[in-house]
Amino acid sequence: MIEILSSTALNMVQDLGRDGYHRFGVGTAGAMDRVALTIGNVMLGNPDGAAAIEIQIFPFKVRFHATLPFALTGADCNARLDDRALPPWWTMSAKAGQVLELDVPVHATRAYLTIAGGIDVPIVLGSRSTQLRGEIGGYKGRALVAGDRIAGVAATAALVASEMEFGVEPPDLVLINGRSWSPSPSKSTIVRVIPATEDRRFDGPSREAFYAADWKITPQSNRYGYRLSGPSLTMREPMELRSHGIIPGIVQVPLGGQPIIQLSDAQTAGGYPKIATIIEADLWRIGQAPLGSSLRFVETSHAEAVAAEEEVKRYIDMVRAAAMRNRSLSDKVSAIPAIVMNDRT
Amino acid sequence: MLGTKAMLFEAPGAFVLETQQRIWSLAKVVETWPDVLEAAPGMTNLLVQFRKCPSDPDAVAASIARVWDNCEPLSIAGKVVDLPVIYGGEEGLHMADVVAYTRLPVEDVVRRHTAPLYTVYALGSHPGYGYLGGLDATLFVPRRKVPLQLIAGGSVSIGGAQTGVSASPGPSGWNTIGRTNFKFFDAAASPPSVLAPGDMIRFQVERIKT
Repeated sequence: MIEILSSTALNMVQDLGRDGYHRFGVGTAGAMDRVALTIGNVMLGNPDGAAAIEIQIFPFKVRFHATLPFALTGADCNARLDDRALPPWWTMSAKAGQVLELDVPVHATRAYLTIAGGIDVPIVLGSRSTQLRGEIGGYKGRALVAGDRIAGVAATAALVASEMEFGVEPPDLVLINGRSWSPSPSKSTIVRVIPATEDRRFDGPSREAFYAADWKITPQSNRYGYRLSGPSLTMREPMELRSHGIIPGIVQVPLGGQPIIQLSDAQTAGGYPKIATIIEADLWRIGQAPLGSSLRFVETSHAEAVAAEEEVKRYIDMVRAAAMRNRSLSDKVSAIPAIVMNDRT
Repeated sequence: MLGTKAMLFEAPGAFVLETQQRIWSLAKVVETWPDVLEAAPGMTNLLVQFRKCPSDPDAVAASIARVWDNCEPLSIAGKVVDLPVIYGGEEGLHMADVVAYTRLPVEDVVRRHTAPLYTVYALGSHPGYGYLGGLDATLFVPRRKVPLQLIAGGSVSIGGAQTGVSASPGPSGWNTIGRTNFKFFDAAASPPSVLAPGDMIRFQVERIKT
């Protein structure tokens, strides 16, 4: 059992999202950084898609009411367990009464707190993810507030008793494919896209500008979508589309000419022209890009996008293998400090 | 393709019920394919989502087109839902824009909006929302240049050649002309949406605010 001590809103229970209800208008919801959520679960020995708390408003504080292994992944928040500083991408066990506190991250946006067994809230339409619109899933269909007490799904005794402590290399250091395709030195977060259905309907200069510009992420950006600001994109001739299904990652351009990236809480349908779709393997980079920072788009192919997903999968499997190795070591001598893959303490 | 795991099929031709009935038919076939996670009808189009990235997207597109060429319209006898609407005022924030664009007085906009028996073509956007076909062509008003971050649940709005009712508060790029009060979605029910493709909606004038 953990108790939320901070009262800030918009921190929610999320998992890998809700599939298969698109035709009822129900979007995926789910973590904005699914790699971080998955890695937290893998470090703990949970199912990959177990539910966690997505923290995007800081500071955030929880108290543990029993001994419980947990993992912190995603943004580096200068976490402290009581007085002890914790590195990011770290797993360890908390004792009853200990308080975990996260500060505002500097370079990224969202942190994930996973616990042994995963967060236990009812599965609604196949997922534990919170969708604020429609108040579906999560903890009572809403964001967490101070005083909420959240239990874990019953985990195996071995998982709960684990005193294993280790960290992993974060994906931005491992998934270096993200560097080789960087067109030029840029402070922007670079994401790969596949041109979408209306790509050719934009005029030449607009298509060039789309790939050349550093797009600023405006303050009107959230889990629904990121609204970008930059050069105005125009179509050869304005067009109205009939509404059609859309998915997270689609980049739409309303008549105003400023792109919108649809994200986890996106509507399931839309009608604005689509210039591109961010590949699934890079969506976590968007989920971690801070408001006010900038993005740059790089065109990629279906084959390269599939390869990029394989790369993410290999990273997750590498962490899984390391976590299993650690677990088998700590079974033998539980006092031995587990292997530290990336000790940044 | 939209990314690596979704494909949008757009039916050629006019925005008419028969085309939509063929889309319903197409969805029924495509959703049975083992690699397909879901086939969700839009307005004369179909979003097909795959469980994993198809190795040959062009071949899949060709298969969908073949089914389309041979599929018959699927006629669905749905229920009729009556929705009383307060038009204009703060309930219909963009009525003035619709009046300006169509050059019709408010009373005419309302009369033309309440006249048809609309067909639910598809569900989408947000939980329980129904896209309606049958809007009077004189009421076609383009989507807004900049979408609003929040419109109220129950908002009755027009976007291009389409009209619909928001099932819950949220962002929208459509022009809101009124508001109704109806529960469209219940996650605990099966199916969770009250509306289904093929249902009919009749808007009724509860009041016109000027």
